[in-house]
Amino acid sequence: MNILETKGLTKTYGGLKANTDIDFKLTRGKVTALIGPNGAGKSTFVGMVSGRTEATRGSVLFEGEDISHLPAHRRIQLGLAYTFQITSVFRGLSVYENVELAAGRTLADRPSLLKAKVNSVLERVGISDRSNQISGDLSYGHQRILEIAMGLAQDPKLFILDEPTQGLAETEVDAFISLIRSLAGETTILLIEHNMKVVMATADFITVLDQGMVLAEGSPEEIHENAAVQSAYLGTNVDA
Amino acid sequence: MTSSAKSNLLHFGMLAGLVILFFILPIYHVGVLSRVMVMAIYAMGFNLLFGYTGLLSLGHAMFFAAGMYGFGLAIKFGGFPVPAAFVVGLMSAALLALVVGLLALRTAGVAFMIVTLMFAQTAYLVVLYFGKYTRGDEGFILQQAERSLFGLDLTSETGRYFTAFTLFAVCFIALAKLVQTPFGKRLVAIRENEERARMLGYDAGRYKLYALIVSGTVSGLAGVSYALLFGYIGATFSTVQYSIFPLLWVLLGGAGTTIGPFIGVLFMFYLIDISSGYTNAYMLIAGVVLVLLTVFAPKGIAGTLKARAFPWLP
Amino acid sequence: MEFGPHLMLASLEGAVISAILVLTAMGLSIVFGVMRIVNVAHGEFFMLGAVLAWYITTFLGGHPALGFGVALIVAPLLVGCSAAFADRAILKRINYDPDRTIVATIGMLYIIQQTTLMTFGPEARPVEAPFNHRLSLPWFEFGENGFVMTWPWGLSTTSYKLFVIIAALTVLIALWLFLTRTKIGLIMRATQQDSEMAQAFGVPVGKVYSWVFGLGAGLAALGAVLVVPIQQAHYLMGHDPLLLAFIVVIIGGLGSLPGTVIAALLIGMSDGIISVFFSPTLAKIIATFLVAMVLVFRPQGLLGKTVP
Repeated sequence: MNILETKGLTKTYGGLKANTDIDFKLTRGKVTALIGPNGAGKSTFVGMVSGRTEATRGSVLFEGEDISHLPAHRRIQLGLAYTFQITSVFRGLSVYENVELAAGRTLADRPSLLKAKVNSVLERVGISDRSNQISGDLSYGHQRILEIAMGLAQDPKLFILDEPTQGLAETEVDAFISLIRSLAGETTILLIEHNMKVVMATADFITVLDQGMVLAEGSPEEIHENAAVQSAYLGTNVDA
Repeated sequence: MTSSAKSNLLHFGMLAGLVILFFILPIYHVGVLSRVMVMAIYAMGFNLLFGYTGLLSLGHAMFFAAGMYGFGLAIKFGGFPVPAAFVVGLMSAALLALVVGLLALRTAGVAFMIVTLMFAQTAYLVVLYFGKYTRGDEGFILQQAERSLFGLDLTSETGRYFTAFTLFAVCFIALAKLVQTPFGKRLVAIRENEERARMLGYDAGRYKLYALIVSGTVSGLAGVSYALLFGYIGATFSTVQYSIFPLLWVLLGGAGTTIGPFIGVLFMFYLIDISSGYTNAYMLIAGVVLVLLTVFAPKGIAGTLKARAFPWLP
Repeated sequence: MEFGPHLMLASLEGAVISAILVLTAMGLSIVFGVMRIVNVAHGEFFMLGAVLAWYITTFLGGHPALGFGVALIVAPLLVGCSAAFADRAILKRINYDPDRTIVATIGMLYIIQQTTLMTFGPEARPVEAPFNHRLSLPWFEFGENGFVMTWPWGLSTTSYKLFVIIAALTVLIALWLFLTRTKIGLIMRATQQDSEMAQAFGVPVGKVYSWVFGLGAGLAALGAVLVVPIQQAHYLMGHDPLLLAFIVVIIGGLGSLPGTVIAALLIGMSDGIISVFFSPTLAKIIATFLVAMVLVFRPQGLLGKTVP
């Protein structure tokens, strides 16, 4: 069974059609990248999957169950994790406390396990040395890494990342690519990205959105060759 | 010394200090401190919702009054003994908090403030409307005999002080512990970034409701305590002014800290005490303090201390 | 008095209440609409208008109409200026942050109220109306002789009360013209729509805010000057108008001026009628509870935009 499926997922705002009839499948354990020009409806789509945005029409199935009417927090409890396009951490709290809150949902009643988990996640993404810093004081790039850490701390079945590498330095981007590769198999990943280097280096599958609809789907090679995709991207800034 | 060790030392030190003060202070100040401790319970209840969860209610007087009237009316009309009336008072406040929470928490921000203000105003008007039983603004008194517990006279200065102290200490420690639990930390998370908290899988709506119920019940406990120890129940305690007071106290002392509420009440009591010797417009001081605080020192006394010098301050 | 004439009397009283209420609520609504803040001290600006009117009429002496006329112009101006000053001194510094603004305006409420207590005193003091003629009102009945006009005893109003209704209407129309036809009005509406955009176009948003805050306070003060010959000036008189204005603005829809007018009519009329036929306390209970429910279940009120 596919870990995630959407059927006819649509979002309209008044007269504006942000997403129209999206049928989408995510294969378990694989990395799928969602790409498309600005305004294609990627964030809206992912918002409907995670529950942040209410769909106008259509359904979302997670592990075979219809979650279309569940509020966001219930979906997260089922095993979804989500990082925001615009970094959203607990700026007044320390790095440690941020990750502790993320892992705490499941581990709060086992303090030693919780502590171990938080420390190992911080280690894995490379910000252990900043554990006691107030997260609002971190650089933008580090805040983004913190957010990824918060996602990891939940041991999600499906990890949705909305433009995770935006604002990261080159070395940080490389570290991110390794991190994603290391998660392969255990976690299913849905990645919205503009950075083609990251997409090509990590994605098993790519779905291209344009003007709120699915334009093309396939392996990275297939998408690379696809003429329609190339023309959709003409004129937009893409990091190659 | 670890942070939590320092916190414990601070908390127990403060409580020990309060005990010692009873033996040192002149009787007048002992009386003031009794009142301060009862109102500090109210402030701590408010602080849980405002300081820790980030919800500004402008109607908390309704919870204080629910406790006060629940207790008072149970004794006056129901002939209840003190312990039973105590429970009635607490349950009244808790129930009111539940109902208000289910309605008011559907709104946020400014709307929440106005809704709570309006509910409290309705409560005040209802108290006046049923003046036949509540005696409205004039209020009614509970006799000393009605207020004794297990034969102990709670109305002497000593009885008052130590009863107030016991109730205060229990709330103080309980709430200090509560905010250290995962529940408490999640409330802070909701205050800091509610959407993020939701996207970590926390049912923010449910947590806010629980916070409101605890906050309302503690505020109700303060109302019960006041009626028990000072024997007076009146509609004044459900006016807007009594909803503003805990905001003033908590802001002054430091919102979101454990000792802030007590400090705030203590300061304001003495500030008003001193200024009412000069003029009957002593609320002017409250106004000036509120403006100065929010413009120059929004963190209050304990909050500023925490930010500048003592980061471990709970 | 029979029911019919009694209802007419209550309606007239309601109309006067509506007239004052629409001015007061309009002030609150404009401030919220443009600045997105809730001014809890609004009622105190109302009270200041009445108190200043007393000082002016007492100081000038002479014919009541003279003092009143001056007060009608000077009091709102003075109150508006002090409000603008308060905006610059306090609200600007806290950057109109919603939580802090509420706290600051609560502080302002006590400062204004208590200073008045210290200077004006705790008593209520009357201000004489500029003119006051009792006007008997006719009532129409179908009798044996067809349509007949009667003059029930007790069914009367005063020329001054009619003046209040007309004055409020005039001010409302003037305000509407001001907001829609003048350049300043346009700037205010632009700032309301999108303050960042307005700023990008060179609109001095800070100054506009001070103007708007002053205008809001001035409108409340004007309403108070109009009502003080009927009511008397008292340092606590701002409390009820504040709550009523809140109710009107929320039911009409925060930020919607037509909504404010309609709601003021509704609330004023029903307050007048319920107060006459039932108890004033009950009227207030219903109104207060209703407004809370409106905010919970229909936050945009009758005609308003979404509440932040």
